[in-house]
Amino acid sequence: MSDAYQPDDGTGTDPATANTDPDVSADEYDPVEVFPTEGMDLRPGADSCYKCSTCDTECPVAEVNDEFPGPKFQGPEQWRLKRNEDTDIDDSVMKCSNCMRCDNVCPSSVPLSQMHNTARGLYVEERMDTLSVEYVRNRILSNYRTSAWLASKLPRTANVAMNFGPARWLMERTFGITAEREFPAFATQTFREWWTERGGARVPNHEKRVAYFHGCYSNYNTPEVGKALVRVFEHFGYQVLVPEQGCSGTPMFANGMLSDAKRHAETNVEGLVEAIGDGADVIASCTSCSMALRQEYPELFDLHGIEELAAHTYEALEYLRIHEDLEGALRESEVDPQSFAYHAPCHARNQGLATQAVELFDSIDGVTATDVGDSCSGISGTYGWKAENYDVSMAIGEEMFEHMADDEAEVGMTECPTCAMQMNHGTGYEIRHPLQVLEAALC
Amino acid sequence: MAISDDVLVVGGGLAGMTAAVAAARGGARVRLLSHKASTLRNASGLIDVLGTDPESGAPLADPFDGLDALPGEHPYRILGEAAIREGLDLFDDLLGDRYLGSHTDRNALVPTHGGTVKPTARYPESTGSGLASSRERTLLVGFETITDFDAPLAAAHLENAGVPFEVRGVTLPFPGEFRADVRVTRMAHALDEDREAPVDGRPGTRAALAERVSEHLDGEERVGLPALLGDERGEEVREQLSTRLGTDVFEVPMGPPSLPGLRLEDALEAALHEEGVRVESGNPVVGYEGDDRVETVTVERVHREVPYEAEQVILATGGLVGKGIRSSRSGVCEPIFGCHVPQPEDRYDWFSEGVFDDQPFARFGLRIDEGCRPLDGRGETEFENLRAVGAVCGGYDSAREKSASGVSLATAATAGRRAAECL
Ligand SMILES: Cc1cc2nc3c(=O)[nH]c(=O)nc-3n(C[C@H](O)[C@H](O)[C@H](O)COP(=O)(O)OP(=O)(O)OC[C@H]3O[C@@H](n4cnc5c(N)ncnc54)[C@H](O)[C@@H]3O)c2cc1C
Ligand code: SF4
Ligand code: SF4
Repeated sequence: MSDAYQPDDGTGTDPATANTDPDVSADEYDPVEVFPTEGMDLRPGADSCYKCSTCDTECPVAEVNDEFPGPKFQGPEQWRLKRNEDTDIDDSVMKCSNCMRCDNVCPSSVPLSQMHNTARGLYVEERMDTLSVEYVRNRILSNYRTSAWLASKLPRTANVAMNFGPARWLMERTFGITAEREFPAFATQTFREWWTERGGARVPNHEKRVAYFHGCYSNYNTPEVGKALVRVFEHFGYQVLVPEQGCSGTPMFANGMLSDAKRHAETNVEGLVEAIGDGADVIASCTSCSMALRQEYPELFDLHGIEELAAHTYEALEYLRIHEDLEGALRESEVDPQSFAYHAPCHARNQGLATQAVELFDSIDGVTATDVGDSCSGISGTYGWKAENYDVSMAIGEEMFEHMADDEAEVGMTECPTCAMQMNHGTGYEIRHPLQVLEAALC
Repeated sequence: MAISDDVLVVGGGLAGMTAAVAAARGGARVRLLSHKASTLRNASGLIDVLGTDPESGAPLADPFDGLDALPGEHPYRILGEAAIREGLDLFDDLLGDRYLGSHTDRNALVPTHGGTVKPTARYPESTGSGLASSRERTLLVGFETITDFDAPLAAAHLENAGVPFEVRGVTLPFPGEFRADVRVTRMAHALDEDREAPVDGRPGTRAALAERVSEHLDGEERVGLPALLGDERGEEVREQLSTRLGTDVFEVPMGPPSLPGLRLEDALEAALHEEGVRVESGNPVVGYEGDDRVETVTVERVHREVPYEAEQVILATGGLVGKGIRSSRSGVCEPIFGCHVPQPEDRYDWFSEGVFDDQPFARFGLRIDEGCRPLDGRGETEFENLRAVGAVCGGYDSAREKSASGVSLATAATAGRRAAECL
């Protein structure tokens, strides 16, 4: 094992975010040029659009927000305009939640979300005032990992302080972070701290290795998901590696903060590619993280090893389904009767994984999981945290809340941490990750 | 361990969805893999079996009368009339009273948004009171923002076509404040929800629409509006409009994105769910492993290939439009299994001179046997356990014949049943 797998000790500086530490000077918030103008030219893709408008009918934001012109405009039309007269990117691109549902329906395979991500990056770079409150707010939201890292130093204080009424009112008034939502609680011990305390991997195996990309949320907020993953994979005889890593970049793409995203991507690609060299495949427990590593990285950045990483990345359940007789193992298992109202995150949908959890839980005696429909949860990461988007976000989520209420289950289930927040916010249900159910059944 | 099922259906259009249902009803454990969301949301929602006479090109009153004149390689000729009926029966059973037309073999004449009349075998219930064979005086109502339905022009076209009723068209603003390029789904949902307009005291969307239309009524007995009258509550919306107007109300099928297509998609998705079919969409099938048999098909999941195993495989990837058949400089091919696609040697023979001529390329696709198994250049089955359904099959020209959905249903019902029987 190389040093890269030695977990950090949970104290001291955080290498992945060294230059986004909170005390960094404002100057360093200046965006850098991330796109060489050639190579990122999406205008040819715009020509494959034959204007059928199917993407517009799928967009959850356009459905509830009349101001939003929809993906057909954001993508092909805007890029066509850009070719003809080099017009500015329209500010409506900031209203796109990056749910990527439009990608999934275009019969002509127009790279819509890539167009939106790129346009958003250009918009932030060219048109957004870096001293504006909105910019700073977006920067803070998208660098969630930095705040989380800070909060994890004093989790109990942070949990109280972050949700302290007057503080929230101030955040809304000055920063536009909605006071309607409760900040997620920070774990008193992060996943990485737990991993160190446990002494790292307990199953050595040269033949079967996985490198776990835990992302920020299961590290700082829901280490129980990370622990479940480790135990389930060790149950199947895998050696789990936990390489050095930063944020996947998902919240940064959505906010057009591409240079921040790129910096994290560099750390991730380096650590994970090294693990791949040591015989591991990469797995993630968050579907937006696996989406980022698989699709957005190679679409947006040109880094050594990035294609190799994309080709070796899997969502955790997906990996077990392909490589193990997971169904067989589950059929022999038994758990106390429980029902779940399952929501498939949009980013799971985009990886073709929208139905796997429900399908799988069919084989566990005692578990019923019902899909609550194919609507978007509406929160889309940082999107629903912005005061100006809160109502839209809740309007999009309405369908899911209703379906959850109609279902007999009183506990929700999803892979995505922010969908989980929204599900909890809209229904008050406790929300689990599928891996936690697997853990209960197998370990 | 490959993910394993009895029957694997590749492609999620009309053909793939119905084939999956047919196989599941035959007792198979079925998985459907589709690259993109269903194409049905682009389709008109009409189910054509054979709309034009193969010899004269004139509209056909009874599709079954035209079968004998079709060429020998046509899927209808290969599978026979019974397969068409089996496909329609399956469709009727799945859609129930949401579709009309099963009471007769004869084609219904449905007015379209372009002002033509389409001979079709099954049509959504919402278009039912608009048939061109009925003599009721008709008002067509278009909306300013819906540019592909110009009601006065469509009315003029219908009159020129000699329909047996008086028809007039008007264009009105849709009630409520919507952006100029508003999507049809949004208008449909406004009618579903029937919210009151923002300004106090204004009536809900349905009442406001009825009020606007009634100002233009001049003794007409039925009113045709573009197909956006509600999504989930369509029936209720139409009933209320009808009561307020004192006329029948019907929908005129529109181009993509199409609400009747979306509703059909929803109904078939519900049927797949009901039958326990496992559906995965979002990734393309790119290849296979096997020799005389297909052992596994390969799905490309974002930069990586994943095998899926099954006893029987049904190919339902569509034609040149659906990307089931690809054309390039070197010829036309079926990209997943490399099945034989008959084609003229010379690329220039793909097309004929006149735009309205019989176009050879329109018939491109796989030749099949009576069990829907694709045949190679010598007429032998390509793989013992592979079947092809829908637009990936060749030997027919769906646009010219108006036979797209009929061929999809006939092949799907046959292939689905046969696949289940072979387990
Ligand atoms: C605009 C439009 C209007 C229509 N109007 C009518 C009409 O008025 N009357 C009528 O009878 N019919 C109509 N149809 C035709 C009808 O809806 C069906 O398209 C037709 O019956 C063919 O169905 P299909 O399932 O074979 O193919 P398609 O509908 O083309 O579906 C092919 C499916 O295969 C998937 N696919 C392709 N390649 C792969 C791959 N490599 N891996 C996985 N999945 C793949 C696609 O994503 C798609 O879901 C219309 C179709 C369209 C598009
Ligand atoms: S779905 Fe694709 S082809 Fe249709 S309008 Fe949108 S981008 Fe264009
Ligand atoms: S990514 Fe989602 S929100 Fe953005 S345009 Fe596409 S469908 Fe709409």
